Amino acid sequence: MPPAKKLAARPVPPLGKQRTPKLPTVGDTVLDNGLRVLAVRRPGVPLVELRLRVPFAAPTGKRGASHVARATLLSDTLLSGTEQRDAAQIAIDLQALGGQLSASSDADRLGFGGSVLTSGLPGFLDLLADLLTSASYPKREVEGERDRLVHELAIHRSSAGVVAREALLHRMYGDHPYGRDLPSAEDVQLVKAAQLRALHANRIVPEGSVLTLVGDLSPARATGLVAKALSGWSARGGVAPTPPAPPQGGRTALLVDRPGAVQTTIRFGGAAPSRTDPGYAAAALANLVFGGYFSSRWVSNIREDKGYTYSPHSGIDHPPAGSRLVAGADVATEVTAPALLESLYELGRIATVPVSQGELDQARRYAIGTLALSTASQAGLAGLLSQLAGAGLGVDWLRQHPAALERVTVEDVLEAGARWFAPSVLTPVLVGDTAVIEDSLRALVALETA
Amino acid sequence: MPTRAPARTTNLSYAVERGRLKNGLRVVVLPDRTSPVVAVAVYYDVGMRSEPEGRTGFAHLFEHLMFQGSASLGKTEHFTYVQGAGGVLNGSTHLDYTNYYEVLPNSATELALFLEADRMRSVALTQDNLENQVAVVQNEIRVNVQNRPYGGFPWLAMPPVLFDSFANSHDGYGSFVDLEAATLEDAESFFRRYYAPGNAVLAVAGDVDPAQVMAWVEQYFGDIPGRKVQPPPAFSEPPLTEERRAVVHDRLAPAPALAMAWRVPDPADLETYLPYVVLAEVLTDGDAARLQARLLLKDRTATSIGGYLGVMGDPLDARDPTPLMLEVHHAPEVSADTVIASIDEEIARLAHDGLDQGEVDRTVARLTARFLREVDPVLGRATHAAVFEQQRGRAELLNELPALLAAVTAEQVAAAAGTLGRDNRAVLELRPGGES
Repeated sequence: MPPAKKLAARPVPPLGKQRTPKLPTVGDTVLDNGLRVLAVRRPGVPLVELRLRVPFAAPTGKRGASHVARATLLSDTLLSGTEQRDAAQIAIDLQALGGQLSASSDADRLGFGGSVLTSGLPGFLDLLADLLTSASYPKREVEGERDRLVHELAIHRSSAGVVAREALLHRMYGDHPYGRDLPSAEDVQLVKAAQLRALHANRIVPEGSVLTLVGDLSPARATGLVAKALSGWSARGGVAPTPPAPPQGGRTALLVDRPGAVQTTIRFGGAAPSRTDPGYAAAALANLVFGGYFSSRWVSNIREDKGYTYSPHSGIDHPPAGSRLVAGADVATEVTAPALLESLYELGRIATVPVSQGELDQARRYAIGTLALSTASQAGLAGLLSQLAGAGLGVDWLRQHPAALERVTVEDVLEAGARWFAPSVLTPVLVGDTAVIEDSLRALVALETA
Repeated sequence: MPTRAPARTTNLSYAVERGRLKNGLRVVVLPDRTSPVVAVAVYYDVGMRSEPEGRTGFAHLFEHLMFQGSASLGKTEHFTYVQGAGGVLNGSTHLDYTNYYEVLPNSATELALFLEADRMRSVALTQDNLENQVAVVQNEIRVNVQNRPYGGFPWLAMPPVLFDSFANSHDGYGSFVDLEAATLEDAESFFRRYYAPGNAVLAVAGDVDPAQVMAWVEQYFGDIPGRKVQPPPAFSEPPLTEERRAVVHDRLAPAPALAMAWRVPDPADLETYLPYVVLAEVLTDGDAARLQARLLLKDRTATSIGGYLGVMGDPLDARDPTPLMLEVHHAPEVSADTVIASIDEEIARLAHDGLDQGEVDRTVARLTARFLREVDPVLGRATHAAVFEQQRGRAELLNELPALLAAVTAEQVAAAAGTLGRDNRAVLELRPGGES
């Protein structure tokens, strides 16, 4: 032992021929009430996946803060009662159908996500219709959920990752709705059941909403079932989309104190191109080479070479009002400054030095291959189609994006690196034990303290 | 027998083919042409329970070392080959097994088999990589436990209350002292003892030709010498005869939490075990469940409730002994004893008054749907098949589980509830703030 010393290396086998995944056939129908229904037959297990996106943009300014509080509590209490069913009955009915359903909200949309045994789909859609048209927000349930939400917000905010995210978003967006993705406890305390009923009546409307179904049934049958079940959903209203929000990169680093923390939570944020931007494919590949997957420079450097961290990662998010880059690593307190130094080095390198052709090709194959993997399950396909629809894109994107990735050159990646990844265009936030880390950080960057 | 609702007659019919190499490696192949993707998973029959005393966290540390190179692959090359083929990969360490897996476009099936074979044949262990990965694992523990409110609660904090033996009770993430004491000799001996082909199951699910898969398996794994494999040790402990209680303090947590655990029958006997799986769901699966209805909706004493079988939350991947666990978060103004008293009442009511078969049926309907959702992706299918083959010699359980769950009766669930007593449980309170 070890056997490795005695055994010879073998040649690594080449890849076989890849069958191009068939583009799913998507039934795309707008119902009389304005609801758009996307349906895909995907055999496999006898389940149907459902996603419903309802535009739910928050206004800017002070009203935005109270909207976020109301929207969060609304999604928490949507399943707490209708004219016909109380909370327990809704839960019992869902269970009996082999279904699960939850609602969530963010600064742009209200979403339903769920799945059900195929045999239970008609009953599941009836329940959904019941919720959409007659959710009642019972006073007692709203008050109970309100207390629970305040409690859970306190738990969320005790996590270093959440502290860092809130600080970063606020620094990047200020008073724009994207500047706060969790409501304050004070705003939540003020919410009344009547406000939730009004918000539901005015904003949960079929026009502009998209329902996606993926499962073991034909698009025609799925769409027919939806049309039958949701024909009574006819509320009118709707809202303007979220105002454009280019994130503010390039701001002075912010240091947030977390006394006694054994790690420093480092985040960088900045703007990024949207999926429809001609430069998106190059930015996506620059992201991968920098820190977007395990085989990236950042992971190789601060994890596999230096052991400063467990899970550095960078990624591009696409909220509709403006895409953003967020990169993060949680590093041991005593190596905070060296880890920041290496992070700035890798960001500077992707921004100023061409990547190798090998790094580019590797990232490209990863991006194309994992896009195909993400469509290979019912839940994966439903989530992706729903997200694309939210961005105004169709299933064709699953062909167009790989083709765009194929065309990206080393020069394109350098240009994307300089534009989106340069340390000078990013806003850093660090959450850690200030008493231990502040002095050494000041040797590297200017700092503001929170 | 009561009549079955339509939702309960769910059947799966994945083809399962299997083989065994002369060196003892067991292979299961689940071909499915729906999408041109494949999942490859290797399960070694060794987990946290088997690590030696003085080496807590070693099984997990060793998992990291398996990614650090082998005879044909330099450090990080395992990642670059898989990701450069458009695939994703990972590994994880559990109580009774350690797994490694890839999901890739099916053009990379041969590559994935080669990569898994190379490290089974010839993992390369070096002092630099060992020290580097000790530092990485320490950062993993910092981010998941030490710098996180409720970190490790209750999966790391409950076992020492519920169990006595080193195997069952120690911290499987490991102490920093033990991790730093790990040597290359430890790693070599661990590899020799537990990473033999005869101690592993290889599962392949997705768009593949089973005969071609078996040919590649023979080509790449066939010349790994067989080594003697010891059967998995019995970790059983005598039943508890009085309640055990403990308190942990969490300086990062803003509010208290509570965990309760009871040892349940040996999972090897599914007929006596599955009623406990259903019981955990009857108690805690959604607002229609007994404890949610009582504590969340009626009393409003709790803010969240979870319940599951197995310390790590998967009911079907752990051997004996294993617990039914409840995890409750509650407001500081509610005492733990208030919460416990309500839970006791609900369990007693269930045991005494029983429940309708309808309540069992709807609980099983969702449990089944959740299982289907797990096995729809090729990875979920490969991992379930691998653990079923490894621990039960029966990958086909993948197809059979829905019918086995549907056969659970209300009487069995009530009887299971009757065994969750006060004198055979462990109770762990988490209190916010430092120790006073």
